[in-house]
Amino acid sequence: MRRFFIFLIAGWSGFFVMAIELLSGRILAPNFGNSIYVWGGVITVFMLALALGYLSGGQFSRYDPTLRRLALLLVFGAITTIPVMLFGDWILEWIFDLIQDPRYGSLLSATALFFIPTAIAGMVSPYAVRLLVSDSQLSGHFAGLLYFSSTFGSAAGTIATSFYLVLYFEINQILTGLIGISLILGLLAIFTETSTHAPRPPA
Amino acid sequence: MRHGHRLKTLLALFASLVTTPSTAMTIIHTEKSLYRNILVYEEDEQRCMSFTRNQQTARQTCLSLDDPNQFVFVYTRMMMGALYLNPQPRNILIVGLGGGVLPMALTKMFPDARIDIAEIDPAVVKVAQRFFGFNPSPQVQVIEEDGRVFVKRTGKSGQRYDLIMLDAFDHEYIPEHLLTREFLLEVKTLLTADGVLAANTFSSSRLYHHESATYQAVFGQFYNLRVKLRNRIILAKMDGLPSLDTIKQRADALEDKLKLLGFGGDWLVPLFSTERDWDSNARILTDQYSPSNLLNSAF
Repeated sequence: MRRFFIFLIAGWSGFFVMAIELLSGRILAPNFGNSIYVWGGVITVFMLALALGYLSGGQFSRYDPTLRRLALLLVFGAITTIPVMLFGDWILEWIFDLIQDPRYGSLLSATALFFIPTAIAGMVSPYAVRLLVSDSQLSGHFAGLLYFSSTFGSAAGTIATSFYLVLYFEINQILTGLIGISLILGLLAIFTETSTHAPRPPA
Repeated sequence: MRHGHRLKTLLALFASLVTTPSTAMTIIHTEKSLYRNILVYEEDEQRCMSFTRNQQTARQTCLSLDDPNQFVFVYTRMMMGALYLNPQPRNILIVGLGGGVLPMALTKMFPDARIDIAEIDPAVVKVAQRFFGFNPSPQVQVIEEDGRVFVKRTGKSGQRYDLIMLDAFDHEYIPEHLLTREFLLEVKTLLTADGVLAANTFSSSRLYHHESATYQAVFGQFYNLRVKLRNRIILAKMDGLPSLDTIKQRADALEDKLKLLGFGGDWLVPLFSTERDWDSNARILTDQYSPSNLLNSAF
């Protein structure tokens, strides 16, 4: 059960990041257009955020790693996405007035709106590897399984969002759904951890 | 049914290949731009710009080599219907340059008019100048920028236009951020109190209903010019539509000018209609909801 949740969180986190990345292009388009620069800015920011997330997730895993903390990463990632819906338009409008060049405008906008939640999502994978690996012989095996879940989740998030979700829902409805699922999944994992851990009798 | 139609088209295509080898297409220029492959070719005494090799769906501009003044495309002719709503434009904005056929005709008709053109792709601007005779001047300026960004920024600067033509297409269709209510509201702030909007769209997919509902929501009633299953032109005016009688009078006054482009009021005026032939329950396109490419592909 514990392992199942770890893989599920990694997979969902991959889904979440790619869904948000696709929507970010749509969110930026009204102010900065659909030019190649805008996508360049968005992808750069997401890659940078993930890179820093991997780095800090690995560091974070050195200190008393638990499923509960992994689930909290998911919860924080969701919570830091909420400002996109609440203040997104306002922030974009402000940057639009501030910066004329759509390249730097989109770069700054993507940073302001998406850097923190994406970096937190990036922390999930290395942290999950630490939770799974107890034997260094199996580290590659688990790392492989984890990359599989996370990247498979990314693929699913990409196709689901671009092919179907945008056809039926508004951007903010999709964001609300993504945030909601992250919160539910995170809380479920926390609940499972506490209920399976507490009553365990000493060996 | 669709299958049979496709087969028929294929057979017709095959027959034309077999029987008319003399009208083969000559490729004059190809260019890879940031956004697409641009192809310039000549065929049937016409020079065309296309964004893919599939010329049927993606021809952007065609010029008649016999008489470059004549409009080859039905849609450009219908766009000129905007002049029946505003016979004397002074400040014109065109979003989407293509080969520059529209601005070239408008400069000839109104030499004093100022024309701004927003074009996202620098390669298209180069090709329009090199192969289609388009020339920027102090009166006619191209701004290389995304149309949405240009409209938004210019709206804030206080600049206004009495004629705006929306003609921005990629290899498939109009980019989705140029179809939303918010975009049309930004366009509306750019129009003078009696300004006229002309928009080139398609009428061949489900998107037709959504687009129509969106334009209706922003501009109210508009003249809807349609040619069966092809382009549809929306003509709207800020201070209300002129009556069909006024349209006819203005058509007569403009007849000489439009004849030079290869058509006249006898063809154009009957296309003017205010009939709602779309599903009025269709969902309005917004920045939050604009799955235009998906709606466009699903019939």
